[in-house]
Amino acid sequence: MKRQRKTPLFQRDLVNEALKQSFIKLNPKILFRNPVMFTVEVGTVVMLAVCIWILMGERDQGSLAYNLSIFFILLITVLFANFAEALAEARGKAQADSLRKTREETPAKLLANGTVKTISSSQLTKGNIFICEAGDIIPSDGEIIEGIATIDESAITGESAPVIRESGGDKSSVTGGTKVLSDKIKVVVTTQPGESFLDKMIALVENASRQKTPNEISLTILLSGFTLIFIIVCATLQPFSLYAKTHIPVSAYVSLFVCLIPTTIGGLLSAIGIAGMDRALRANVIAKSGKSVETAGDLDTILLDKTGTITIGNRKATGFYPANGVNESAFIQNCLIASLADETPEGKSIVELANQKGTTIPVDFSKEKITLIKFTAETRSSGINLSDGTRIRKGAFDAIKKIAADAGNSFPKETEDRLKEISSNGGTPLVVSENERIIGVIELQDIIKPGIQERFQRLRKMGVKTVMVTGDNPLTAKYIAEKAGVDDFIAEAKPEDKMIYIRKEQQGGKLVAMMGDGTNDAPALAQADVGVAMNSGTAAAKEAGNMVDLDNDPTKLIEVVEIGKQLLMTRGTLTTFSIANDVAKYFAIVPALFITSIPALQSLNIMNLSNPQTAILSAVIFNAIIIPLLIPLALKGVAYRPIGASKLLRRNLLVYGLGGVAVPFVGIKLIDLIVSLFV
Amino acid sequence: MNTEIIGVISIYVLTLALAYLLGKYIAKVFSGEKTFLDPVLNPLDNLFFRISKIDPLSEMDWKESLVALLTVNIVWFLFGMLVMMNMGWLPLNPDENPSMPADQAFNTVVSFVSNTNLQHYSGETGVSYLGQLILQLFQFISAGAGMAAAAVVFNAMKERTADKLGNFYNYFIKSCTRILLPLSFIVAIILMFNGTPMTFLGKDQVITMQGDTMNVSRGPAAAMVAIKQLGTNGGGFYGANSSVPFENPNYFTNMIENISIDLIPIALVFALGFYLRRKKLAWMIFGVMTAGYLCLLIPTLSLEMGGNPMIAKMGIDQSSGSMEGKEIRFGPAASAFWAITTTVTSNGSVNSMHDSLTPLSGMFPMLGMQINALYGGVGVGFLNFYIFIIIAVFIAGLMVGRTPEFLGKKVEAKEMKIAMIIFLLHPLLILVFTGLASYIIHLHPEYPWLNNPGYHGFSEMLYEYTSSSANNGSGFEGLGDNTPWWNVTCGIVMLIARFLPIIGPVAIAGILAKKKYIPESSGTLRTDTASFGIMVFAVIVILVALSFFTALALGPLAEYLSM
Repeated sequence: MKRQRKTPLFQRDLVNEALKQSFIKLNPKILFRNPVMFTVEVGTVVMLAVCIWILMGERDQGSLAYNLSIFFILLITVLFANFAEALAEARGKAQADSLRKTREETPAKLLANGTVKTISSSQLTKGNIFICEAGDIIPSDGEIIEGIATIDESAITGESAPVIRESGGDKSSVTGGTKVLSDKIKVVVTTQPGESFLDKMIALVENASRQKTPNEISLTILLSGFTLIFIIVCATLQPFSLYAKTHIPVSAYVSLFVCLIPTTIGGLLSAIGIAGMDRALRANVIAKSGKSVETAGDLDTILLDKTGTITIGNRKATGFYPANGVNESAFIQNCLIASLADETPEGKSIVELANQKGTTIPVDFSKEKITLIKFTAETRSSGINLSDGTRIRKGAFDAIKKIAADAGNSFPKETEDRLKEISSNGGTPLVVSENERIIGVIELQDIIKPGIQERFQRLRKMGVKTVMVTGDNPLTAKYIAEKAGVDDFIAEAKPEDKMIYIRKEQQGGKLVAMMGDGTNDAPALAQADVGVAMNSGTAAAKEAGNMVDLDNDPTKLIEVVEIGKQLLMTRGTLTTFSIANDVAKYFAIVPALFITSIPALQSLNIMNLSNPQTAILSAVIFNAIIIPLLIPLALKGVAYRPIGASKLLRRNLLVYGLGGVAVPFVGIKLIDLIVSLFV
Repeated sequence: MNTEIIGVISIYVLTLALAYLLGKYIAKVFSGEKTFLDPVLNPLDNLFFRISKIDPLSEMDWKESLVALLTVNIVWFLFGMLVMMNMGWLPLNPDENPSMPADQAFNTVVSFVSNTNLQHYSGETGVSYLGQLILQLFQFISAGAGMAAAAVVFNAMKERTADKLGNFYNYFIKSCTRILLPLSFIVAIILMFNGTPMTFLGKDQVITMQGDTMNVSRGPAAAMVAIKQLGTNGGGFYGANSSVPFENPNYFTNMIENISIDLIPIALVFALGFYLRRKKLAWMIFGVMTAGYLCLLIPTLSLEMGGNPMIAKMGIDQSSGSMEGKEIRFGPAASAFWAITTTVTSNGSVNSMHDSLTPLSGMFPMLGMQINALYGGVGVGFLNFYIFIIIAVFIAGLMVGRTPEFLGKKVEAKEMKIAMIIFLLHPLLILVFTGLASYIIHLHPEYPWLNNPGYHGFSEMLYEYTSSSANNGSGFEGLGDNTPWWNVTCGIVMLIARFLPIIGPVAIAGILAKKKYIPESSGTLRTDTASFGIMVFAVIVILVALSFFTALALGPLAEYLSM
């Protein structure tokens, strides 16, 4: 059901755009944001100066060809890093563009002073009211103030089945670019042009407004620290070599320096960040900031609504239990009559079950002689008054009990036992009364979504606690909670209960996420560290949350958590890999530096590289090509496995730490074999 | 098995057993619980507090603690300068030793205040008994200050959100009177019974067998030797330190002194476990430190016991090991064991000449000081290790997909900045000053600072700054070290390398303590596991190796490979 937006990693037009950007990003002002790559660029300029120096007659710096090759390899190193960032940006932008297309100029039927005027969608401002009829493209994000319509949202969500949107309630929001299929709605514009979520998202993937996230800043500090160490190491090598009476050419200092500083992670860092946002977008989640995606990886607690998330849609009637002394078929018939006018899914399922049991509508039943009693929040019951004066009511236990008690009727013991039984089995009992006398119970059962247990299991392994929020009574809630495998539940929840729960968790230092769609969810969405609003939700909900899920899929939170974790893991593993690489590079370059003055140091040349020049060239080439080789990993992210933190650490240390030590030994040796053919 | 090996193993095992018990006791002292010495020493503590008008119960935040630390040190520094430059005419100078010139006094006082004890003088002729007593006092103070700083960090690592981290002066006084004083007392008495002098009388005159008259230096040595070992100070009473029979008369005293060197540093790690009730964390730290320690110790033992290949080539039997610069009564194993123990712990006392170690086993003590966190100095060793933990936590935390947390506190940009600065400082000081010295020697090879040319001379310079920056105080020797250049530059290095690495970890711990405590979940990176221990170990090895590889390659490695 999810739209698959799988684009190949190296799509031609994206690559072309990225190539162009790689050169534009050479501008030191832009590159300065990335201290590691900036120092590489400085090294490149130094090498260019050395080449010119040689042309002017300097003899002690090695051959021009050798120095030029170092210069070009360094330049390519910077370009590779720029390319990685540019490609990530291009992919994000392409993603955003495909969404942006949906909001190109469309005519809008503006309703002003009672007359309809057709203007361009770009002229709509916040507060304007427009009309959409069957076949119209909705020109802007907004909220329905009048009417009901079926809407095709496939342009945004990829979901082909049309959805129903209506005024009032929590399904009143419409998105620009979607298409009205039937009926007519009156919509008020809720966002200024250029300020919709989509616009914000587009701005985010475009580098200009991309702020470094807190975690990215810390990592940049770490990497700058490593860069500084190697500035010290390379700078002090100069007096050391003077003391050791060794001449070291500039190219060797620059090469040593560039190889040692963490260029791999430095070059890929911003690409990883952008790719994380992009992955969220691919999952049809629009994040308002990179920070919220990162926070998602740290979540401790997730609040999930029961209905639609843990259970499929609504409850269904599964059994009729008449009270003692009540005829079963008469009871079922009463239930059927009482539900005829009930338009709720529960009501319909009662009719359905009664029909299955062979009960039909009595012959003398005609609609003229009856009065329908609608469900209200106060009475918490509904029912019917027949022409003969019979009053049938069905509703929650305490509501019907009150009706019976007010009339002086007792509540039958066996019915009460039945209620408990139903509740403890996870069902919801609906008590039915006839003329204020309890006549029996209808059992409604929830159906838990297939596969949901595994998902919660996965979350538990990640260390995330799941909390089910439901309006059910505690017994029912407990049963479903256990069956679905959530860790905790809030029963008989009022909107403010979510808020209280979130606050309580946050006081304990936890990060909490919730998903919501209604206006009454807005405060809790704002309070939560990650608030995911459904795209179908009200404007208030979308404004309060920091992510919007275009699919309206409540289980999306799980994916969001994984995307956040992946983002951090990719940074961590590539940092480890990058630093571990240095070991081999030292063994390649240091013996090469002192080959003439300290021949004994040749025993450190454990890779047995052909000669000092090929050794240095191989190390620098390896350093450059490892960046594009790791672009796919940076963009796709390291796979997250919920196997517990310690196991995960061991695994990643083994793969990226030990691998990071071993790979360059092999790589540099291979490159040396090839390079030595030419030198 | 070789008796020499049995000797060093028994020293180590005894150290561990005693350190474990001492750790329990230190945890009690730090958490303010009652200890058996309270009836005797409480009046003494209270006297200090009353005179100085300090309320030991008023708690300080991390900034106030650091102000207290610096205040104590500045006062004693000025006082020390005064004594060193005037002791010639002050009392308690039976041997009529002279006062120090300013550059040497600066070096000496900084050296003792900073727990380094680099001595560019000889105790027999360079200082009066008053001077020795003042230096002894500094040995207590600097060790106590280090332990008090560690206590502040311990307190900050508790599972809660807090601003106030106990009273620094209280930790300081308690560290001195409850831990250092009683232990020193025991060790000093053992040394006295084995022949170490403890007197205020001047030189003794002895007529030798040949009939010559010999002057023998004496003095209050036993007391100083005890605290020099226990407080990881290392500054000996005599110039040749613990290789002199008066400081270290026999194998038994050698064992006692060697145990004293790393007793408190190891005990502090166990103390952390008892104090925080996180024994697994303490075992992780101990495990990493020990693994690193053994990596340095085992090759050094084997190289020194294997003898000098150059001498072997000349046809001289090396079966008793490399004996150059060593004392017959200790032998190569106990000497090598001491060399590593004294350098990993920032102690710096010696019982053999490190200059005479074989090239590669000369490198291992240097590595020990360059890491400076394998057990480390009293208090400060743990603080250095804390920096490595923070860096490891950050990288490992990312690798498991969470914002890095250490003991329930998020590690963010500010902490990373401090941790990186502190980590950078050590290579910066060592490499830049060694570079400066190399450059000046390159320009003026005739300067009398360096007596050995070539790789070995380079190792000597590298060792001198490494030792200063690690606040170790041992010398490779071979340098003309009592010259203004070495006195002043080493003094500067010691000062910076002492105080910034205390300020940094205390600041990080203080900032973390103020943050919200996040309970652990199964997604949290646990820091008390073997996997995390491997991570920390890898971070230490890679970072230190990357920082010092070039320098080591040009010094000891080049010398070894050219052998």
